[in-house]
Amino acid sequence: MLDRFNPCEGRVTVPTREINEGIMDNYAYAAPSSVAETVALLADHASAGRQTQILAGGTDVLVQMRAPGHTPRTIVDIKALAETNRFEISAAGIYIGSAVPSAVINENAQLQEILPGLLEAADLIGSTQIQGRATICGNLCNASPAGDSIPAMIAAGAVCEIATHSGSRDLPVEEFVVGVGRNALAAGEFLLGLKLPMPASNTKDAYLRFTPRTEMDIAVAGVGVSLTVEGKQCVNARVAIGAVAPTARLVPAAAQALIGTELDAQALQMAGEACKAAASPISDKRGTVEYRKKVVAVLCRRAVAIAQQRVQGG
Amino acid sequence: MARLQVETTINGEVREFLCDAEQSMLDVLRDELGLTGTKEGCGTGDCGACSVLVDGRLVCSCLMLGVESSGKSVETIEGIAGDEGLHPLQRQFLENAALQCGICTPGFIVAAKALLAKDPNPDEETIRYWLAGNLCRCTGYDKIVRAVQDAAAEMSHPG
Repeated sequence: MLDRFNPCEGRVTVPTREINEGIMDNYAYAAPSSVAETVALLADHASAGRQTQILAGGTDVLVQMRAPGHTPRTIVDIKALAETNRFEISAAGIYIGSAVPSAVINENAQLQEILPGLLEAADLIGSTQIQGRATICGNLCNASPAGDSIPAMIAAGAVCEIATHSGSRDLPVEEFVVGVGRNALAAGEFLLGLKLPMPASNTKDAYLRFTPRTEMDIAVAGVGVSLTVEGKQCVNARVAIGAVAPTARLVPAAAQALIGTELDAQALQMAGEACKAAASPISDKRGTVEYRKKVVAVLCRRAVAIAQQRVQGG
Repeated sequence: MARLQVETTINGEVREFLCDAEQSMLDVLRDELGLTGTKEGCGTGDCGACSVLVDGRLVCSCLMLGVESSGKSVETIEGIAGDEGLHPLQRQFLENAALQCGICTPGFIVAAKALLAKDPNPDEETIRYWLAGNLCRCTGYDKIVRAVQDAAAEMSHPG
């Protein structure tokens, strides 16, 4: 079969016979031009028992496609949609569409000022080349326990906007990842983007991870923190841990240890201990259970100090 | 086989090609278009040998589908040298002996060109971080960094 492709036309190149019979010998590619069309395409495939794969930056998807035993499916490219390309910063909040590459958000001077922690997490993922394609929404959907952007999103209070067959639904990031490599998207759904509240000028975030190397490495442990400080007192906090459990986790006990304090050494110690208690890591080549638990507490204390410095230092 | 017909711009020239849905941009460049200057190292986005620019953005062509280049502008190592001869980066890689086996070189030069377009006078740390996604087994990187610095100097002060 020969078909002319133009993403703007949103042509779908799946032979009807394959859809009807639910079999697929070859990969197919579709770049729908509207959310409705995308959802309908996903629904058609689901009802026919055929696999689909959402494609945005593709830096995980293309590697997975080459893994042994990967079965042909329809690649559904969501980069032609206006909604997934939305990248907006206003008093009402921040929206990062699921097709917006990391490099684009990392270069944004306003976002560097208001969400430095989210961007330092995004900037840790992959090389310059990877960041030119990769999206933080893809990092979230890939649902690796060590995905660096996820604890930072949770700390920043990000909410997923998910396209569904009947419209859309919102889900906090901390509820989106449900297991190693598994997310909360039901068949026929896909991630449209992330909504984040606009941080007040006295709210700042930070993300720290530990890796043996400074670049191109996977986190042994990571901590995302967002603090609101009035005068010297911490009045609000969110703390999330990564790479020390099957999913990134919000740690309310760590936030409680910080709120109402002046972020003194004892408060930091207690927040670190709360992170340690919330961690349930595995031992692997990157570190042992004991080591990861110790490191996550240290990272928590240091990330809190960085976020505090960001509020108070200017 | 379902083949897709794609029109794109490569090194300033409009090109049409046929590809399979799952075929990477790297394989399209090498196998469909005969542009073999772009190399395959790892095929998983770790080594940077396949670096190209897509609408001015540095990417690994092994991690992009060929069909995704539809309507885009792609620049490969073949587009770096001008009519008047080698690009300063190419010349400085030669001057500084910044290559041995040469497999990584096209990727380094394309990546370095993207850096100099963004930052015409990068310091050593900036160069090393920018090029952290390009791996070289031969040179130990020092000569590559010096070549990029010398090219930057040459481009800022031509002649």
